Amino acid sequence: MYRIRFHGRGGQGMKTASRILGSALFQQGYEVQDAPRYGAERRGAPIFAYVRAAKVLINERGIIRHPDLVIVADDTLVPIPAAGVLAGMDQHSVLFINSSTSADEWRSRLNLTGPVLTLPLTADIEDRAVPYVGAACAGAAACLLGVIPQQSLAKAIEDELSEHGAEVVRKNQQKAAQAFEAIAKHTGIVSEAEDISAHDYVDPGWLDLPFEQASISAPTIHAGLTSVEVKTGLWRTLRPVIDYERCNKCWWVCSSFCPDGAINVSNDGQPEIDYDHCKGCMVCVAQCPPHAIETIPEQQALQREEQT
Amino acid sequence: MSRALLTGNGAAAWGARLAQVDYIPAFPITPQTEIIENLAKWIDTDEMDSRLVTLESEHSMITAAGAAAATGVRVFSATSSQGLLYGMEMLYTVAGWRAPFVLVNVSRGLAAPITLESDHNDILAARDCGFLQIHCTTCQEVLDSTLIAYRLAEHHSVRLPVIVNLDGFYLSFTREPVELPDAEAAAKFVGNYDAENVQFRASAPTSQAVAVLGGTPYSYFRYEIHLAAQQGLKVYDEVATEFAQQFGRKHEAVEAYRCDDADYVFVMLGSFASKAKAAVDQLRDAGWSIGLVRPRLLRPFPAERFYQLLKSKKGAAVIDQNISMGKGGVLHSELASVLYGKPDAPPVLTSFIGGLGGRDISQEELFEMAKVTRDAYEKSETPAPRLLFTQDEMREVHKLQAVAHVERQELEKDHE
Repeated sequence: MYRIRFHGRGGQGMKTASRILGSALFQQGYEVQDAPRYGAERRGAPIFAYVRAAKVLINERGIIRHPDLVIVADDTLVPIPAAGVLAGMDQHSVLFINSSTSADEWRSRLNLTGPVLTLPLTADIEDRAVPYVGAACAGAAACLLGVIPQQSLAKAIEDELSEHGAEVVRKNQQKAAQAFEAIAKHTGIVSEAEDISAHDYVDPGWLDLPFEQASISAPTIHAGLTSVEVKTGLWRTLRPVIDYERCNKCWWVCSSFCPDGAINVSNDGQPEIDYDHCKGCMVCVAQCPPHAIETIPEQQALQREEQT
Repeated sequence: MSRALLTGNGAAAWGARLAQVDYIPAFPITPQTEIIENLAKWIDTDEMDSRLVTLESEHSMITAAGAAAATGVRVFSATSSQGLLYGMEMLYTVAGWRAPFVLVNVSRGLAAPITLESDHNDILAARDCGFLQIHCTTCQEVLDSTLIAYRLAEHHSVRLPVIVNLDGFYLSFTREPVELPDAEAAAKFVGNYDAENVQFRASAPTSQAVAVLGGTPYSYFRYEIHLAAQQGLKVYDEVATEFAQQFGRKHEAVEAYRCDDADYVFVMLGSFASKAKAAVDQLRDAGWSIGLVRPRLLRPFPAERFYQLLKSKKGAAVIDQNISMGKGGVLHSELASVLYGKPDAPPVLTSFIGGLGGRDISQEELFEMAKVTRDAYEKSETPAPRLLFTQDEMREVHKLQAVAHVERQELEKDHE
């Protein structure tokens, strides 16, 4: 059985990627299961989707614990533990990252010994949360599996996206084909892992859940909104940046409209964005009276930060 | 008949479409909403001739469903979790009207704390209301069960509403290959709804919600619901047999997988049962004699079927994806009540609570549950019920508690 996981952010089309790959495998005569996994729907938050494919009926369900192939649409997710990109990977698992950083660099950063591949699928696209990333990821996955001809991939894209019109289908097919061809020398690199043996398996390590007093065990949060410890700024695909030369220090419009209270105002009336918690909704950009808040793709902002 | 990739929600919508339902009262809730969206789209494009009305709550939605069913039209509705519970008063009421319709529930854990992922406490809260219950393991079953459910609900000796249950995420958002029955064949199988004397009409007064005092008529009416539900066992078998003849898929009231020669069995409900099937195959490869017993029909409870399947087994591991607070697993209790005092009942019935709020159950855990059950048989000592919860998970909880502790201290400092 093939077990494939796609990691990306809400809005990057990971569900679509899994469906395109699922459809293409189904056309090739595979039994298929594809599904997205997310919490409360929200753009920019880490999500994943998965595909299982086998020549026999699939009884396995739910999240993929031991992937054969992991596709990462957004390289900023790799170091975020909550995204679980590397979960359950072993020597045989192939890691594919949409990144302009080299595979060797990722291999050494992550201390991996298995196969790592990178390709800048979306170098020409500024906002990471635009269409085509999903289709490109599906194209790369199809090539790496080595059991899906390009025509099947194109047909699957048509089946999944036809309701969005011929132009959308064509563009997605083009992006998927580009990714498929760019990675062609690694065709068929993915191998199917053995099933876990009932003879020899890792003990699940259960414990007897201890009783704790309600003062500890009641689900109470002693603060407003989300915990400050949760860096919701990691969900951002676009970053609002205040141009202080144009900011007229009205001090309240942007900070009042920010749905997450992530804009603080200093004592001298200067708004400051808390990037640890700004989710990049861009409400402030729309509300600022002198249009003093600019929108910058998060990727670009990070690159700038790295350079300085 | 064609085979396509469909989600559980898509399959449920197709079931309603193929059953040619007349009326769909609706209210959105995750993870069910996609069912209603599909139906709304088809009605909009004239692919379906039906009337969909959005109500202001599930309480009204179920009332509307029961009231419409009482006029003799075919009704479909769908909900999940908090929605099912919000409509709970009316679940009992409309079942008492003996007005048949089909309600799909997409299982999701109940608040508080609130979640989106699946467990069975929502559907089991509706266990005693008079709706029959069919529980699905695959997307195919969701579609097939919806068709079967209309036959069951509308049968003259049953005439009760039926809930078809599927698990959120694991089925609702998961695509699998599903055979779509031919529309004509499906329509022929479901047949026309013969409403008999269910024909509530404007200007022809009928009272459905009669008041009865003194207990005698009440006892009569309520026990008749119970007897009608029990009739459902025989009717279900007939309908499922006919379905198998027409469509080639047999959906037994209780599925028995590799059970005939088994010493041990897993017993569980819902989509995770397919994981247990995979575990049975793997355990058999490793030399075990083990199978899976999986009820599709939970109400009426197929007691005799369970007894026949479990008779002479050494042990059964009952995995409940639910918890009755202060008691434990519901399926475990129900099974114990069926087996108590019966000759050759399995001496060991281990109880596991797992998969609450969509927590995954790993293959390793299924292997381990088999092992615990075999050890219990060999030592003639049944262990205490166990929550599937690992040391790693406890560490994760401790981490969250530590964060909460720090924040609380900071807050207290701010107040000083």
